[in-house]
Amino acid sequence: MTTTAHRVEPENNDHKPLGHGRMLRKEDPRFVRGRGRYVDDVQLPGMLHLAILRSPVAHARIVSIDVTAAQASPGVRAVVTGEALGEQGLAWMPTLSGDVQAVLATDKVRFQGQEVAFVVADDRYAARDALELIDVEYDMLDPVIDARTALAPEAPVIRDDLDGKSDNHCFDWETGDAEATERVFAAADVVVSQDIVYPRVHPAPMETCGAVADFDPVEGKLRLWSTTQAPHAHRTLYAMVAGLPEHKIQVISPDIGGGFGNKVPIYPGYVCAIVGSIVTGKPVKWMEDRSENLISTGFARDYVMRGEIAATRDGKILAIRTNVLADHGAFNGTAAPVKYPAGFFGVFTGSYDLQAAYCKMTAVYTNKAPGGVAYACSFRITEAVYLVERIVDCLAYRLEMDPAQLRLKNLLRPEQFPYTTRTGWVYDSGNYEPTMRLAMEIAGYEELRREQAEKRERGELMGIGIAFFTEAVGAGPRKDMDILGLGMADGCELRVHPTGKAVVRLSVQTQGQGHETTFAQIVAEEIGIPPDDIDVLHGDTDNTPFGLGTYGSRSTPVSGAAAALVARKVRDKARIIASGMLEVSVADLEWRKGAFHVKGDPGRSVTIQDVAMRAHGAGDLPDGIEGGLEAQICYNPSNLTYPHGAYICVVDVDPGTAQVKVRRFIAVDDCGTRINPMIIEGQVHGGLTDGVGMALMEMIAFDPDGNCLGASLMDYLIPTALEVPDWETGFTVTPSPHHPIGAKGVGESATVGSPPAIVNAVVDALKPFGVSHADMPLTPSRVWDAMRGAARPPI
Amino acid sequence: MQVPAPFEYRRAESVDQALDLMTRLGSTARLVAGGHSLLPMMKLRLAVFDYLIDINDLHGELGYIVVGPETVRIGALTRHRELLESAELAAAFPIFADAERVIADPVVRNRGTLGGSLCQADPSEDLSAVCTTLNASCVIRAPGGTRTVSMEDFHRGPYETAVGDGEILTEIRIPVRERGSSAYEKVERRAGDWAVTSAGAALWLNPDGTIADARVGLAAVGPNTTGIPAISQALRGRQPSEDAWQEAAALASRHCDPATDQRGSADYKRHLAGELTRRTLRRCAQRIEG
Ligand SMILES: Cc1cc2nc3c(=O)[nH]c(=O)nc-3n(C[C@H](O)[C@H](O)[C@H](O)COP(=O)(O)OP(=O)(O)OC[C@H]3O[C@@H](n4cnc5c(N)ncnc54)[C@H](O)[C@@H]3O)c2cc1C
Repeated sequence: MTTTAHRVEPENNDHKPLGHGRMLRKEDPRFVRGRGRYVDDVQLPGMLHLAILRSPVAHARIVSIDVTAAQASPGVRAVVTGEALGEQGLAWMPTLSGDVQAVLATDKVRFQGQEVAFVVADDRYAARDALELIDVEYDMLDPVIDARTALAPEAPVIRDDLDGKSDNHCFDWETGDAEATERVFAAADVVVSQDIVYPRVHPAPMETCGAVADFDPVEGKLRLWSTTQAPHAHRTLYAMVAGLPEHKIQVISPDIGGGFGNKVPIYPGYVCAIVGSIVTGKPVKWMEDRSENLISTGFARDYVMRGEIAATRDGKILAIRTNVLADHGAFNGTAAPVKYPAGFFGVFTGSYDLQAAYCKMTAVYTNKAPGGVAYACSFRITEAVYLVERIVDCLAYRLEMDPAQLRLKNLLRPEQFPYTTRTGWVYDSGNYEPTMRLAMEIAGYEELRREQAEKRERGELMGIGIAFFTEAVGAGPRKDMDILGLGMADGCELRVHPTGKAVVRLSVQTQGQGHETTFAQIVAEEIGIPPDDIDVLHGDTDNTPFGLGTYGSRSTPVSGAAAALVARKVRDKARIIASGMLEVSVADLEWRKGAFHVKGDPGRSVTIQDVAMRAHGAGDLPDGIEGGLEAQICYNPSNLTYPHGAYICVVDVDPGTAQVKVRRFIAVDDCGTRINPMIIEGQVHGGLTDGVGMALMEMIAFDPDGNCLGASLMDYLIPTALEVPDWETGFTVTPSPHHPIGAKGVGESATVGSPPAIVNAVVDALKPFGVSHADMPLTPSRVWDAMRGAARPPI
Repeated sequence: MQVPAPFEYRRAESVDQALDLMTRLGSTARLVAGGHSLLPMMKLRLAVFDYLIDINDLHGELGYIVVGPETVRIGALTRHRELLESAELAAAFPIFADAERVIADPVVRNRGTLGGSLCQADPSEDLSAVCTTLNASCVIRAPGGTRTVSMEDFHRGPYETAVGDGEILTEIRIPVRERGSSAYEKVERRAGDWAVTSAGAALWLNPDGTIADARVGLAAVGPNTTGIPAISQALRGRQPSEDAWQEAAALASRHCDPATDQRGSADYKRHLAGELTRRTLRRCAQRIEG
């Protein structure tokens, strides 16, 4: 295994590689000119507008709903309640975790913001005005807000819709070996435990969720433009829920203004738009507003964890154990492969060589918005990495060891790969120490520690935080992974036109990741057609092959592999045609990016463009070869890919006001083969910014009555350019052995890796006060509490 | 998209015409200045008005900064951005530029106004604290004439001011005193967020270098429009010193009534009231020294 290490220097992006390399994004000309086309830009003749009435309270029985005044309101075409939907069998729908969720509440409302009724009207204003006229009588019930009390015997039962349900228990899950772990803990020199909360946060994409549904009663065909990260999976689910034949459903996911997992689930609003179109016979648009997005759509995290770590006195980590209480809200809407109710939390063993590990998790229902896996978390790896990287720092604190040295001492060694963790994950490749050393070198780690010591003498608070993470992305092998029975494979189709231009059709859907560029480059690298000559189509189920979509950093590991392989398939055919054109055997041809050359006579060659014309042109082709130059495949990954990275954060804390300033952030990522380094850096920069948000300011909080306190961007803070430093990035390259081009995913690495680095830095800054832990979000007020020895969990 | 309830809209062509419309329409009408407080409330349907009277065309009449020898006069429609960028104002009262740098963001500052800020009377609003610090008075015009009130009389509580239905705030007047300076500091969770706590301070020295007077205005820690006379009393006649600032800080912490919320705990805000008072007074003294 070879790993190369690099520090990223600013470079000119504007060149045109014939394959992998830095190039400007093909999609950006339309975005920077304001010519993107989002769901809300879709305008159809006669289109109506839909608005949703939401519950103002967290838990209540619906006594009655009076819609007469709303129906009479000017411009109103339809008012629909849960009862009306129930008559069609559509009041409830399955969630991605096999639970059910109310489309419109029938019996009870179970969280503030839950959908209760909808209005379809001539315009947005008329629809919204009519909502005010719907009269709902609620019979208030006590809400369950604190997950810690959800299983108390006296807690009101939220899910009394489920047969025989008498408590708020959602599921139990465990992984690892409890007994072996106990043995290691019992014999260990040192055991450190820490309660750690990862509060509820929200992906808050710039574009909220929405849909335009257009049901054509003559064709019997439903066209649905919607904000979805997984158009094909959604189509199949609509077919299963609504009973419409699948070939009569077209899901179109146009430009998407950020997903981060928020646009993986099917939301009641999409179903309402479909019903609205069927009921009125017109196209119907629904776009939620900012508050609706924040209070009702897929949240993330909400894990109350206890972490324990066992080690020898000299800092050899032996075992990690954790107990997790997971708050899943009112319906279990987690998007995770079926066999993984806690997502990939099992990688909480981190990047270390352990003797044992064990996790026990209990998930509960509460009167909060459903969701569970969203927000760039690679199926709960964000929580797992936060747990392990925080608890390792707690150990360093206890042992009075430098946290960088402690990590270096325990990182997996290159000869251990492929490495099977104590919880059964097979890390495909990794070479961790060079990554860590490069981060320390860019940071000037020793110098920073010296500076910190001097500052401490003067009473100044400076902190240095480290996180080392291993991600597990590219779900996933179909033998293990499916969502509601759909295997997590992805298709890809490549057509080369007669003039040598090409179109590649993907089953995944970009939300800002730059697929139109990266996938063109993957194909270009394999087949030698310039990326600018390759059009990438995605997001339209009628025009792309089936696949499970973009989330969990899976596009490059799964769909990227498909793109490389389909291009190789086309190239294989091109080689045969070229052999005919050059009148030599296939074995006598040598491929150099873009052309086949005759071995020993390199002057004789044909370009891929020549071959494309021949494939579609006149004249005979070699025996058994059909005309045309195209192929399609479906790629089933044999394993996940395991990117890793080392992050170092430097903060200054104002001793008087407790404000945290992130002064520097060094991120060294290893995502295997790098296709477009500029796009990777963009993904990393965005994820790091996310991390600053979660570490320092973001939290969806609730008051004791279950009112959401983060219902606007004034209350739910997301970071701005002023809160983030100039990112310093570097990379190492350890290719994935099983991916056709050695690439691993990188979309979520920085979101996963940065929160612990930042929190570790703040906690390190507060060391003079004897602080060894403080929970996110580290707002000035909460940091001040910690400085006074009064750190509290945020929930 | 959040959409407000239906309303009618008029653009006023003069202050008199605006007053006339307001008088006729009563409490169903509202003036709209920058709109950055009013429109969000209407879109969230926290506020519903039948009529909006837009006074933005009156910028010629109500948007000005006049620095005189004894008084600085600022028109109610002066935008945040104009307050931020006026060199003359910064020379007289650097507190304005200090505060404006941390109020909202450039988009809001391009439109939001001094008058709208004061009339909105949000408990975390910064310019009220600035005006309190500088002992400003407010000129309110009614159909029958004009009256001038102190900040104490102007600010009646959260979202409540002395400006009645059918009245317009037209001008802020600030007395100019010798050998003085001013400063502002704010702690926010994130750029553009409302204050967790802010403090403004103004300091004036006697010719012998002792303190002639000091005023402190706080934001986001409960009603605060007096300038905290106890601080003035405690500091008058003393030499500028860390001890003096410390005492003022303790008084500021005592003279506030913060509440715990998402922005921070009451204890923390009380601590900040003191800490920021100390910092701003210190800066005032440094600025006077030059
Ligand atoms: C994202 C955001 C962040 C913000 N952050 C801050 C901050 O950190 N600190 C801060 O202090 N402010 C902040 N603000 C508020 C901002 O400064 C507003 O612009 C200001 O409070 C209101 O000014 P306006 O001209 O927009 O008033 P408008 O919204 O037009 O009006 C507000 C109220 O005042 C009335 N009114 C306006 N002018 C007059 C007048 N001349 N006479 C009588 N009544 C009048 C209106 O009828 C209305 O009731 C923020 C606003 C936003 C949107």
